[in-house]
Amino acid sequence: MTQNASTVNHEETALTEERKAYLDGLVAQARTAAALFTQYTQEDVDGIVRAMVLAGLAKAHELAALAIQETKLGVLEDKVIKNMVATEFVYDFVKDKRTVGVIREYPERGLVELAEPVGVIFSLIPITNPTSTVLFKCIMAIKTRNAVVFSPHPNAWKCCDESVKVMYDAAVKHGAPEGVFSCLQSHTLADNAYLMRHKDVALIDATGGPGAVKAAYSSGKPALGVGPGNTPVYLEKSADLNMTVVDIIVSKTFDNGTICASEQTVVIDDDIYDIVLKKFADLGAHVCNENETKLLARTVIDPKTGFMQPMAVGQRAVDIARFVGLSVKPETKLLIAPIQGVGREHPLSVEKLFPVLAVYRAKSSDDALKTCLDVNHAGGLGHTAVIFSRNDEVIRKFGEMMNAGRIIVNSPGSIGALGGVYNDMVPTFSFGCGTGGGNSTTDNVNVYHYVNIKRQARRTPPHMWFRVPNQIYFNMNAVENVAAFPSHSTVIVTNPALEQIGHVDIIRRYIPAGTRVHISVIPDAEPELKTVLKGVEELKFYRADQIIALGGGSMIDAAKLMKLKYQSPSADFEELSAPFLDLRKRVVQYPTEKVNSARLVAIPTTSGTGSEVTPFAVMTDKERGRKITLADYSLAPDVAIVDPQFVMSMPRGLTADTGIDCLTHGLEAAVSTYASAYTDCSAMQAIRMAFKYLPIAYEQPDDEEARAMMHNAACIAAIAFSNASVGVSHALAHAFGARFGIAHGRSNALMLPHVIAFNAAVPTKFMPSPNQPGYVAHKKYAMIADLLGLGGHSVEEKVQNLIAAVERLLDQLAMPRSIAALNITTDEFDRAMPDLVKTAFADPSWLSNPRMPLVSELEQLFRAAYRGRGQMTATAAAQRSA
Amino acid sequence: MVPMIAVWMKIESDRIADSLREAREKLDTADGEVVLDFSSVRRIDAPAIKALQEFAAAAEEKSVKVALRAVNADVYKVLKLVRLAARFSFVV
Repeated sequence: MTQNASTVNHEETALTEERKAYLDGLVAQARTAAALFTQYTQEDVDGIVRAMVLAGLAKAHELAALAIQETKLGVLEDKVIKNMVATEFVYDFVKDKRTVGVIREYPERGLVELAEPVGVIFSLIPITNPTSTVLFKCIMAIKTRNAVVFSPHPNAWKCCDESVKVMYDAAVKHGAPEGVFSCLQSHTLADNAYLMRHKDVALIDATGGPGAVKAAYSSGKPALGVGPGNTPVYLEKSADLNMTVVDIIVSKTFDNGTICASEQTVVIDDDIYDIVLKKFADLGAHVCNENETKLLARTVIDPKTGFMQPMAVGQRAVDIARFVGLSVKPETKLLIAPIQGVGREHPLSVEKLFPVLAVYRAKSSDDALKTCLDVNHAGGLGHTAVIFSRNDEVIRKFGEMMNAGRIIVNSPGSIGALGGVYNDMVPTFSFGCGTGGGNSTTDNVNVYHYVNIKRQARRTPPHMWFRVPNQIYFNMNAVENVAAFPSHSTVIVTNPALEQIGHVDIIRRYIPAGTRVHISVIPDAEPELKTVLKGVEELKFYRADQIIALGGGSMIDAAKLMKLKYQSPSADFEELSAPFLDLRKRVVQYPTEKVNSARLVAIPTTSGTGSEVTPFAVMTDKERGRKITLADYSLAPDVAIVDPQFVMSMPRGLTADTGIDCLTHGLEAAVSTYASAYTDCSAMQAIRMAFKYLPIAYEQPDDEEARAMMHNAACIAAIAFSNASVGVSHALAHAFGARFGIAHGRSNALMLPHVIAFNAAVPTKFMPSPNQPGYVAHKKYAMIADLLGLGGHSVEEKVQNLIAAVERLLDQLAMPRSIAALNITTDEFDRAMPDLVKTAFADPSWLSNPRMPLVSELEQLFRAAYRGRGQMTATAAAQRSA
Repeated sequence: MVPMIAVWMKIESDRIADSLREAREKLDTADGEVVLDFSSVRRIDAPAIKALQEFAAAAEEKSVKVALRAVNADVYKVLKLVRLAARFSFVV
């Protein structure tokens, strides 16, 4: 396409004030029309479009004749067809399309797309397809409620002006705003440059040559630029040759080859080369000999620029032959020029918008693909490529290799690329060529490029979940249920102390007779990577089909990891511990393929972590000096046995530490951003049980009921936080506990009252939480206070009462009430502070906290915990209670 | 001081441009604020835009403030797009 334009700024300054006023007037009337258009409904514009299409069809022949008369390019009959395609085919595509208001709805996603007109479009029209492009763009503009100022090629402005008039009259007659279209009567490059930068021009639609496209994109305005083409065609040996030859002749001679998607170089497999050329010759093509090809190249290609000579554009093959001095038959449709390669030394390998077709004999399929790629890169990037083949693999490979917005298969390139005739592509007269052609799109430009698409997104409740192990057995002697699990080979994972006090024997008593039982002793308080890997080897050796984890949280965590690695040896703990924000969207997925299978039965011997039901596991990698935390529901044990007989001998300190861990799980799960009605009932019940039974279990360790209730509370709280997660208290406690070697529950005890006060206050920064109806943490705390019967009239008062109740409980359990009370000096604590804050902030626990903690707030919380809130006197406690 | 309302005129939906021209004649006697009631106007056209532009210019020349009353959102959007909205005040 040969539209000339320039970006030279000095041309703008050449405009007279009078000329600027004229151009400003055109844009102003277009702006008013576009503004008024915003009031129109879909039905309004559809009625106008239909009338325009009918008017265009009625004038298709007349406008084609005008174009031929003025431009001296192309073929009348083909231009008539183009005008009809630009109206009838385009109408067929757009008539039912919604372009006003709501254009698409996705109710299942809560999404609605709405159209917003762009406003004033400045549109360049090429000499090669003048009337059809005007008809097409007018229909697009009205369908999308936009106004257009047209700037036709100087040698095509009369036929364009007449086309605009035909469309304008029909549109205004049927209700379109006056001034919706205008056409520059005569213009200079300075006019174009001025309008491209006009403040009220919203979009430039530049259908033209490289200069026009570059000018459009250089203007600083949003632009749809359509670049030049150089269409390679691969004629592969499996193709239907009769159909192919006719298709290529149809396409390359259509309007004398003026459509930029038409075939330029046909790369033919060696096996069929001679047959194909004969078929071309039989159907009216003249195959040039070597000398004729040289003559042709010298005449139709400018040797200085390497581009086609404008005088040849859109001319008949016989006229070009006569001009060149070739002797051809009078009915010759097409000149075929064999070439030996692609590039400047092979002049005819470039774009030729006239019926001259280069052909290349490919030595192999690989040579053919490479030559097509050469043509594609010799001025045709992003535009169009064509293949004729019946081999799906070859067609797929060709599609992968070519950089072309349109890859036409077994059909004519030019008419195929227009869309709607030979295929189901979107009909257009404007081909987007992507970045390869310096364009913003590879699409066939149509109505959706003339609107701003607005997306209205409704709040959608996130999909939530509530997952717990299939089987949980609880209360005294629940361990008897081990008898119900058939196994050939069971490995009991435990520590030496539990084996010594006879807990392992109790379990063995219930394992069905005939089961091979092996004891895997893990000495570490917190299992190490190498211990886990050693355990896996034991599982393999004994071909275990059941693992019974007996111990505290760490022991059960170790068994979870052993099972994971045993079942899926490819599991990479390092990779699986990669951080994530949302369990469902995590990057690293846990392995699902299993080479072994084993049931994991978890029997906790402490009442706190709830590891028997959680999907988490923590392990120490001593070699790298760090802890690895893994989280996935596949880690959760298959069976949990919550039997209080295994905790009756828990020391008081451990009872207090693990009990506070349980309480913290409940309190953090209750206010978590992932909290739901499902987790609330577990969390609140666990809190209630902890408040009631933890002091008793602490004071009277032999109280079976209290031990049982606390054991159940720990499991229930774990069910809650397995699904709702925890919060800031855990993030702080993890960092502090690791740094100073303080037990996890005790660390939480130091943080918990401060964190409740922190969460109950108006956040400095709210946490995004689509699952919550606003900020509810303080209300949740008040609800818990009510559940505990703590009294209070306002939410604030109830929150204070809850904090006081927590503090009373901590006092009852003789918990340290400040970090200072642990004999950690201020200097020591200050030195640790940067690392503490950094570690706490990196901890994923707070990601579900209702209040997003700022880094500075984490430090404030640490400092508050250092100072403590003060041990309450009995009197103060009584007063607060009252 | 509360400005005196000199002219309160209802703009008729089927003759917006004419209504505005009539209102414009009253600007000569206006001494304060002019209120144009658009409550019956659902849609405006090109002549109405032109009449509003002329009305705004005339009012500015006479230093008369013009308030448009009950302009619907669709019409208000048109006035924004043609940059007329800034030349008026709007009352509910």
